[in-house]
Amino acid sequence: MSLKRKDLLSLAPLSAEEIKLILETADSFKEVTGREIKKVPALRGRTVVNLFFEPSTRTRTSFELAAKRLSADVINFSPSSSSVVKGETLLDTARNIEAMQADIIVLRHSSAGAAETLARGVKSSVINAGDGWHEHPTQALLDLYTIRERGLSFQGLRVAIVGDVSHSRVARSNIHALTKLGAEVRVVGPPTMIPMGIDKLGAKAFYNLDDALRGVQVIMMLRLQLERQGRALFPTIREYARLYGLTAERVKMAEPGAIVMHPGPINRGVEIAPEVADSLSSVILDQVANGVAVRMGILYLMSGAN
Amino acid sequence: MSEIPIKASMTPNRQQERLVMEAGDMTRAMTRIAHEILERNKGVKDLGLVGIRTGGVHLAHRLVRRIQDIEGVAVPIGELDITLYRDDLSLRKEQPVLRKTSVPFDISGKIIVLVDDVLFTGRTIRAAMDGLIDLGRPAEIQLAVMVDRGHRQLPIKATYIGKNIPTSRDENIQVMLEEAGEDDRVVILKGVKEMER
Amino acid sequence: MALLIEGGHIIDPGRFNATGDLVIDEGKIVAIGRGVKIPPGAARVSAAGRLVVPGFVDLHVHFREPGYEYKETIQSGAASAVAGGFTTVCCMPNTNPVNDNQAITEFILERARAARLANVLPIGAITKGSEGKELAEIGDLRRAGCVAISDDGKPVMNSLVMRRAMEYALAFDIPVIDHCEDLHLAEGGCMNEGLISTELGLPGIPAAAEDVMVARNVSLAELTGARLHLAHISTAGSVRMVREAKSRGLRVTAEACPHHFMLTEEVVRGFNTLAKMNPPLRTWQDVQAIKDGLRDGTIDVIATDHAPHATQEKQQGFTEAPFGIVGLETALPLTLALVEEGILSLESAVEKLSAAPARVFSLAKGTLQPGADADVAIIDPQAQWEVDPGKFRSKSRNTPFAGWKVKGLVMTTIVGGRVVFEAAGSA
Repeated sequence: MSLKRKDLLSLAPLSAEEIKLILETADSFKEVTGREIKKVPALRGRTVVNLFFEPSTRTRTSFELAAKRLSADVINFSPSSSSVVKGETLLDTARNIEAMQADIIVLRHSSAGAAETLARGVKSSVINAGDGWHEHPTQALLDLYTIRERGLSFQGLRVAIVGDVSHSRVARSNIHALTKLGAEVRVVGPPTMIPMGIDKLGAKAFYNLDDALRGVQVIMMLRLQLERQGRALFPTIREYARLYGLTAERVKMAEPGAIVMHPGPINRGVEIAPEVADSLSSVILDQVANGVAVRMGILYLMSGAN
Repeated sequence: MSEIPIKASMTPNRQQERLVMEAGDMTRAMTRIAHEILERNKGVKDLGLVGIRTGGVHLAHRLVRRIQDIEGVAVPIGELDITLYRDDLSLRKEQPVLRKTSVPFDISGKIIVLVDDVLFTGRTIRAAMDGLIDLGRPAEIQLAVMVDRGHRQLPIKATYIGKNIPTSRDENIQVMLEEAGEDDRVVILKGVKEMER
Repeated sequence: MALLIEGGHIIDPGRFNATGDLVIDEGKIVAIGRGVKIPPGAARVSAAGRLVVPGFVDLHVHFREPGYEYKETIQSGAASAVAGGFTTVCCMPNTNPVNDNQAITEFILERARAARLANVLPIGAITKGSEGKELAEIGDLRRAGCVAISDDGKPVMNSLVMRRAMEYALAFDIPVIDHCEDLHLAEGGCMNEGLISTELGLPGIPAAAEDVMVARNVSLAELTGARLHLAHISTAGSVRMVREAKSRGLRVTAEACPHHFMLTEEVVRGFNTLAKMNPPLRTWQDVQAIKDGLRDGTIDVIATDHAPHATQEKQQGFTEAPFGIVGLETALPLTLALVEEGILSLESAVEKLSAAPARVFSLAKGTLQPGADADVAIIDPQAQWEVDPGKFRSKSRNTPFAGWKVKGLVMTTIVGGRVVFEAAGSA
C-alpha cells in the first residue's frame, strides 16, 4: 500500500492503515538517523521548501534535517510574520516558489485552513506544519511514533491531552489519529478551553485533572500560551498551574509506567513541573528525535512523481 | 533438464512455469558457493554476509548455516533494503514500501559478500553497493547470486554464481524458497514483466 | 404607450391570485383582473404560463458606492437587482464614507436615478460613522430620502445609544434596524461556534451572540415603542424571541436571508470562504426554526443581504476573507424551493418578497393594485437553470450556490412601466 495523496493537510481523512504505513516507514528512517552517515539518496534532486509564516525554529529545523538527510535541496522562506499576511500574498508567494520547481512545500501559517488554500492553488505537494488552531499532522504522527516506540499498542490505550485544547492544533491532530487507531482519548482543561462538541470528535472531556489521570498510560501536556491570559480563559497562571499543572504526585495517579509527552516548548513550572519534564517517564526528547525520522518518512511517501 | 509435472499450487498468477533448478540443484549450488567463499577468502576472517531484501536475505541465512557446518564459525549477517537507493524513485507515482535495513555489525574493513537471488540488469546491486557504503567502508565487496540471467545494463559481475541461465528479456525468473512458503525451486515464467533487477 | 400583460397567473398578495390581465400606463398600474379594458394601441405581452407579481422589494443590500466601487456600484447593483426580479432595494450605509449625512444620501439617489433600473432607497446610519457613539442626523437623513436607519455591518453595542436612537426615530416614524451581534461574545469569530468550528480550529461566533442582542433590542423596543426591524436573523433563539415579542403586540419585524434557510455550517467544510458570512451559517435546528418562522409569520420578510466582494478577496484564507455573499440573482429560485417543500404557499412566498417588505418600511410598493407604481416581475416558475456566477449582472461572483440546478427564472422586470430587464431568449 502507499500514500496516494498529493498533500498532507490533516489527519482527519487518513485511514488507520495509512497512519500505520507512515509509522512503519519511519522505522526505516529511524535506522538511518542511527547511522554514522545519516543520509540516503531517496530525494536526490528534489526541492523541499519550508514556507514558515509563523516563526518556529524547532519544527522548521526538524523538516530541514529530514529533507537534507534524504538528499533533497532545501530552501527556507520566512516571510515577515509581524504584519497580517493576506491570502493573496500566500498564494502569490507560493506560485513563485512553484515556479522554482519546488516539489514539496512545508507550510506553517497562523490561519486555520491556510495549508488547504495553498494546496488548492499549487501543483506541488503541501505538508501542513501547523495552520492556526486547526492541525499539526506531523507532530501527532511523531507523538504516535514515540508511543509505539515505547512498546505501547494503540487499541484501548488511554491517553489524556491536557491544556488549552480549544486553541491546540496538536490536540486536534492527535485526537483524530489516536481515535482512528482505537485509543481512548480524554481531554482535560478548564471548561473555557475545551471546545464545543469535542466529544463528537471522539474525546471525552474532563475538568478535573486528578480524575482524568486515573488509568491513563500516556499523558500529553499542551503548552499554555501565556499571552492568552488577557482573554478571560483562565484567571491567573498561578491558578492554572495549581489545577492543571503536571506535578510528580499527579504522574503517580496515572498508570505505573505512564509516559509524559509535550510538543514543546515547555513552560517549566506552569503546565509541567521541572522534575517531571526531566524524569524517566518523560519522552519529550525522544519526541524531538523521532520528529526527524517521521518527517523523513512523510517526505519520502509524498515524493512520488505527481 | 528433465521436465517435472507442474503442481497445482504453483505461482501466484498461475502462469506457465518452466523448472530450471529443483531443490537438490539449489542445495548443491549453495554448498559449492559456501566452499568457494571460504576458498577465495582463505577462511572466515573479516567475513560478513549481507542479504539483499527480500530474496537475498533467506539465501544469505542459508549460506551462513552452510559455512557454519563447514568451518564451525557463525559469520555475521545483515539484511539490506535497497529501496532508498533505487535509481527510479523519482519516476514512480507511488513510493515503494520500505523494509528495514538491519546490519548489526560494523562493515568497515570487512569482506562483505552481498547475497541476492537473481542477477539481471545489475541495478539492484549498484543500489546495494551505495547502501553498503553509506553504512561503512568495506575492505572488499563480493557478490553471490543463485541465478545469473544475463542482460546486464551496468558493468557488474557476480563473484559466485549458482547457475547461469540465459533468458530472453520478456521472461521472468523466480527463485522460490521454503522460507517464503513455496517449494524450493527456480522457475522461468513467461510473459510476466518483473521489476528490473 | 400602455402595456398589456395578458393571460398570466397574477399574484397580488392578499388581493388577487388568479389568471388574468394586467394593464400598465404612464408608469402606473391601471387595471388588474379578467376582462379588463384594454387601452387602444397598447403593446401586448403574453404571460401565459408565467407568474405576474409585484416587483420584489429587498430591504437589505450592500451597494458599495461610494468607496468600494470595485466590488459593486449602484449601477451594477441595480442591474443585478432587476435581473433577480427586484424593483426596489434598500441599501445599507456601510459605504466609505458611511452614509450618515444628507450629501451621501443624495449622491446615492442621484446614482440610482442615473442608472434608471431599480428603485434604490438608502438606509441611513444610526450613529455618526456607524461608530456607535453619537447619533447621526437622523432627521436630515429622513428628509433627504432615507427609509430606515441602521449601522449594519455592525451592531449598536451601547444599549443606551440604541435606546436613544429608537426614541429619536419615533419622531420620523422610521424603522430602526439592528445587526444583532454582541461583538464581545463573537470575539473575532468567523463561523458558527459548534462541532465544525471545533473540528476546523476556527474561532466561532456562538448563537448566543445573536440571541443576547435580539433580547436586548426587543426589551428596548418594548421600552420605547419603536419600530424595530431585526436584520438577517439566523438562530432558533432569535425566532423564538421574535415570536414572543409579536405575541405581546410589540412593533418588532424580522427578516431572514435565503442562505439561512437553505444552507448549514456544513458548507464551510474545506474552509470554503464562499460560505463565510455574518451572521454565519448555523445548524440544521436553526434552519428548521427559520423555516417555521417563515411559515407562521414570525419572520415577515425575505431579504438578501446582498454583499458583493471581489474574487481575490474571497480567495484569502478563511479567517482573512471578508464576510458576505451576493444574493439578488438567486433569491427567487431559493424562495420558490420553500414553496416546493411546502413551507410557504406560492402567494405567501411572493408576499415575503414584495408586499411584506414594503409594509415593514411603509413603502408604497409591493402591490399591483390600480394606481400603484408599475413595478412588475414576470416569472417562469418552471424554468430550470444552473446558477452561473460568470453570468451575474453584479460585479461580484461570491456565491456558494454556483453550479446549483434551480427552478424559477425572472423573465421580465418592469420598473415604473418601463422594461428594465429581459432574460435572454424570452418572448
